[in-house]
Amino acid sequence: MPLDKVNVDTDQIIPKQFLKRIERTGFGEFLFYDWRFSGDGKKIADFVLHAPRYTEASILVAGKNFGCGSSREHAVWALADYGFRVVIASSFADIFSNNSLKNGFLTVRLSDEQVAEITRRAKEIEGYELTVDLEALRVEDGRGFSAPFAMDEFSRHCLLNGLDDIGLTLQHEPDIAAYEAKHPVSAEMTAILAG
Amino acid sequence: MPPRTLFEKVWDAHVVTAPEGQSALLYIDLHLVHEVTSPQAFDGLRTAGRKVRQPLRTVATVDHNIPTTPRGLPITDPIAAKQIEALQKNCREFGVPLFDMDSAEQGIVHIIGPELGITLPGMTIVCGDSHTSTHGAFGSLAFGIGTSEVEHVLATQCLPQTRPKTMRINVSGKLAEGVTAKDLALGIIGRIGTDGATGHVIEYSGEVVRGLSMEGRMTLCNMSIEAGARAGMIAPDETTFAYSRGRRFAPKGKDWEDAVAYWRTLASDPGAKFDRVIEIDAASLAPFVTWGTNPGMVVAVTARVPELKSFALDADRRAAEQALAYMGLNPGTPVEEIAVDRVFIGSCTNSRIEDLRAAARVAKGQHVNPKVRAMVVPGSQAIKHAAEVEGLDRIFLDAGFEWRESGCSMCLGMNPDILQPGERCASTSNRNFEGRQGRGGRTHLVSPMMAAAAAIAGHFTDIRNWRFN
Repeated sequence: MPLDKVNVDTDQIIPKQFLKRIERTGFGEFLFYDWRFSGDGKKIADFVLHAPRYTEASILVAGKNFGCGSSREHAVWALADYGFRVVIASSFADIFSNNSLKNGFLTVRLSDEQVAEITRRAKEIEGYELTVDLEALRVEDGRGFSAPFAMDEFSRHCLLNGLDDIGLTLQHEPDIAAYEAKHPVSAEMTAILAG
Repeated sequence: MPPRTLFEKVWDAHVVTAPEGQSALLYIDLHLVHEVTSPQAFDGLRTAGRKVRQPLRTVATVDHNIPTTPRGLPITDPIAAKQIEALQKNCREFGVPLFDMDSAEQGIVHIIGPELGITLPGMTIVCGDSHTSTHGAFGSLAFGIGTSEVEHVLATQCLPQTRPKTMRINVSGKLAEGVTAKDLALGIIGRIGTDGATGHVIEYSGEVVRGLSMEGRMTLCNMSIEAGARAGMIAPDETTFAYSRGRRFAPKGKDWEDAVAYWRTLASDPGAKFDRVIEIDAASLAPFVTWGTNPGMVVAVTARVPELKSFALDADRRAAEQALAYMGLNPGTPVEEIAVDRVFIGSCTNSRIEDLRAAARVAKGQHVNPKVRAMVVPGSQAIKHAAEVEGLDRIFLDAGFEWRESGCSMCLGMNPDILQPGERCASTSNRNFEGRQGRGGRTHLVSPMMAAAAAIAGHFTDIRNWRFN
């Protein structure tokens, strides 16, 4: 789905009034809420997410600096819950990229020109399909567009193998314990619980 | 050892292990927690049968969702109430210290850390909130994280991190009267853009930065995220030590002396290399006002809303067009002719005692324009009480401002303090995205003095020409 906008911030992806949930699920219905629905709850008909041709879309294509602003991981949950699995853009905000990795959600960085080309094709070609291959690190559409993308090898490895982040860190327990032995909590902080 | 930057020194001091082909594992000295980004993290711990590894390195408060009306009244929003109850339950169950709504220490999480002497130089500090960068003012590596990383830190007190690049922003000259740290921050973002520092930790240096108070430095570091930076840092110095000395949770006696001796080493070595260096001359700064829907869309108060043809890139022109439509502004309009409906003085960016004093100086003996509704929200209970002792509350109330309890308030419209569609607000907060302060709300970011002046004049006005009483 071509979301032809730059600097899409996390306030647009998931507005703050929906951050009050205490679960991780159910955020999909609030994705891009203020762009999808007007103040009285009516659908904003020409917003791209409503277009029938993009109902099954699992790849979102957007402009530079996608996911900037607040650190809310709920932005990733909303995209994933809605049905997207990948965002392709020419750049991403750091916190959003990090949050994506934690959720098996893929951010793919292509050049401005490549993003513009895919956007154009998606708009012009009915039923346009794109394949993002994490194994081969390649984006292809079977119509002549093919572009490689880069990803930190360790992150790619974890995504492909569904590795649990916390479990991986706890494998370093001896090192963590050794660090803590050299850096104890201060006397003042120890007093907090008494206060 | 080759010369290292401040960032490298703090980073290196916190590496637990750096396995081949993996991210480095950083130890987290301080994990700040609030009610919005923590419930799912605690649930995750519970599900996995894990404990909070270091409860004494975890400090929680309620700030985003709480009303700023008098405490003790029930919370009318049931979902907000549920989220706050979840934090209370989680802190009780996992043994995490919580500065709750009825606590004299409660406040916005990034205000109370430094205030209580919990935030100190040379630490690694994280929180499920992007404005965690605030604490970098102390020469700490402080950054925002998502809820999964919150869970990760709760469980392990560590975080795998890819090492960011470094950027030095050197500010020389002297800040003119009426030009504040907030204006410096807006000037930087206006120049480099909201993605100008993506992937970098910024170190702010130069005589202007040295001359800022700790509160000014916190404002500057707070806004680092708005330039896309991973974090912002300022090397600690005598100003820093004077601020933190004697605070409730700061080290005392010999521990304090030892700490300061170490902190004095936390400066970038001569010859240390940065990936990028940017020079800013303070003479290029002015009292700024944002006109658009991101903090980079900003001009001096004496300037005009930009013309669309001034944007070279097609995508930027379209973005400006959309922003102007949302903000209800015409290109070429002088900023000083833009009238406001609401004024918000608050947020983790600008709600500390110096901010309140500056705004009070403007408001003294004046009255809020009858068409404007203005509110002042102190950043913490401690600041509120200090302001009352100084009589600042009386100055604001006499001038027709509302004087509130502490919390994030109208910065982000998650609590009852919210803009109505179409309302235009002069705000001392940090983001002017569409809908940030309320659906259809129009946010203009400014300094506290500029916000107070706008409340009184009823429109933006150059604080440098203000006649103080």
